[in-house]
Amino acid sequence: MAKRLMMGNEAIGEGAIQAGCRFYAGYPITPQNELTAYMAKRMPEVNGVFIQSESELAAISMLYGASLVGARTMTSSSSPGISLMQEGISYMAGAELPCVIANIQRGGPGLGNISGAQGDYFQATRGGGHGDYRTLVLAPHSVQEMFHLTREAFDLADRYRSPVIILGDGVLGQMMEPMEIQPPKASLAKGGDPESRIQDPAKKDWILDGCQGREPRSIKSLILGENSLEKHNERLAEKYKEMEKEIRYEAVEIEDAQAILVAFGTSARICKEAMHRARKEGLKVGLIRPITLFPFPKEIILENAPRIKGYLTVEMNLGQMVEDVRLAVSGRCPVHFYGRPAGGFPEVEIIIEKIKEILG
Amino acid sequence: MKKILGRPESMQDVSTIYCPGCGHGIVHRLVCEVIDELGIREKTIAVAPVGCAVLAYQYWKFDTTEAAHGRPPAVATGIKRILPDRIVFTYQGDGDLAAIGTAETVHAANRGENITTIFVNNAVYGMTGGQMAPTTLIGQKTLTTPSGRDPKLAGYPIKISEALAQLDGTTYIERVAVNSPKNILKAKKAIKKAFQVQLENRGFSLVEVLSMCPTAWWVSPEEALKWVEERMLPEFPLGVIKDKVTSNK
Repeated sequence: MAKRLMMGNEAIGEGAIQAGCRFYAGYPITPQNELTAYMAKRMPEVNGVFIQSESELAAISMLYGASLVGARTMTSSSSPGISLMQEGISYMAGAELPCVIANIQRGGPGLGNISGAQGDYFQATRGGGHGDYRTLVLAPHSVQEMFHLTREAFDLADRYRSPVIILGDGVLGQMMEPMEIQPPKASLAKGGDPESRIQDPAKKDWILDGCQGREPRSIKSLILGENSLEKHNERLAEKYKEMEKEIRYEAVEIEDAQAILVAFGTSARICKEAMHRARKEGLKVGLIRPITLFPFPKEIILENAPRIKGYLTVEMNLGQMVEDVRLAVSGRCPVHFYGRPAGGFPEVEIIIEKIKEILG
Repeated sequence: MKKILGRPESMQDVSTIYCPGCGHGIVHRLVCEVIDELGIREKTIAVAPVGCAVLAYQYWKFDTTEAAHGRPPAVATGIKRILPDRIVFTYQGDGDLAAIGTAETVHAANRGENITTIFVNNAVYGMTGGQMAPTTLIGQKTLTTPSGRDPKLAGYPIKISEALAQLDGTTYIERVAVNSPKNILKAKKAIKKAFQVQLENRGFSLVEVLSMCPTAWWVSPEEALKWVEERMLPEFPLGVIKDKVTSNK
């Protein structure tokens, strides 16, 4: 298939369209504005809904409404806007409503700056809002991946009836790369009614659409009555456990590696370059790139821990994913960290230096 | 013997949590009667609020969702844009609609979303035990205005319906009360009209219902009826505030 040059933000938008997303609501924020504009142009072409909402609070609540009647829904924002959406994400997790949320991260805290950063790892992987819940988190590291992980995200959201986060950053959002637009999923292309805004491959039997011929239903996150919320939370936890089936990562040259880099997204691109140069110098180094950040690919990290001299986690923050690496390693080998926050990029030379230190 | 009155089909046969003298039961019933009369029960999707009516989904016999505090108009927007042939309404209290959800209310109204809002104004936060609402009257004592609402410190009772009437996106707005049989009949007429506006795809409709909260007003149910008449009506006058349908005819 012919490749075309596309921007990361737009690739997310097209991935959503090809997945049958027919409802997008969002509020402008840099560095993800191209995505909002893309959806404004694209949604009417596929009989979808585009709404520029009055706030991120409203955007996620609009998704709550569109999702509970069965539509595939998406919103996007950048760090400060994602903070505002945490209310709705928690409600959707509680009410078990699927949706896809793209966070094109920028520097924080507060208004921060508009450079690419990875400071929202904790927020994305620990639930983010109030209450005992998690969301699936996918971390693309190329424009092509922004397209196809977004396309996949809708299936995952429906399968687990859960919000799914695409965790990108300003660099990935703004960069252009050649990529292939894969066609809509076969299941959608076959049976989908182009006039309908509900484009799910499988009919959902839990939605609200008027109680014709059945008992009325309710969709809510309010769960009263003795022990009922406890049971609900336990059931959600089982679902999060089940999500471990979806764990994805890329492992590069780890077989003979004595030091392994762990990085996601833009940091992983920098690590690939560092690894390439280090290998040329004869250094035995590999890379594990988590693609699902929750659930975290802890098995592969644990497996390799006893036989290597150490892990080096590289992030565009001051140390967030490194905690998950340490948990996975459980003390079986040293775990080092190198990171730069708020728009700073980890430097290839420093990564190589640190690899040398680990290898001794 | 001819049966002239019964439980509306749209109402579940259950008892509610509402206090004696509360107006919610009346407003619920009026909404249900209207939905029955219009024959739209099976195509209605309701959005319940946070507040005393948080359990409305247990009392209504149609599909109902429960939104975050203040967000029903945004949730209703999402529902209606996907399923434009369903009847979508929000049921909201004064705190939900005119404090925490002011932005969602104003912008759903301004977009002219083809939804209906039933806005229950009882000048107080009931569920949390009687704190100041945006519509609390000047001088009214609540848990958070123990010496009475002082406009210098806490502002004025907000007339959100009049404010919404200024927006080009709104079609029909009326203020009614449920403190007397006469007012209840008028309220029902207004609620029916609001739903008809939506059925005819004419845009955003809202009915503000002045309602009783004897518990948080510290008065008896009977005195609460007078409280509406004597204290609320001078601040919140009844009547049609905006009607683009009739004025366009």
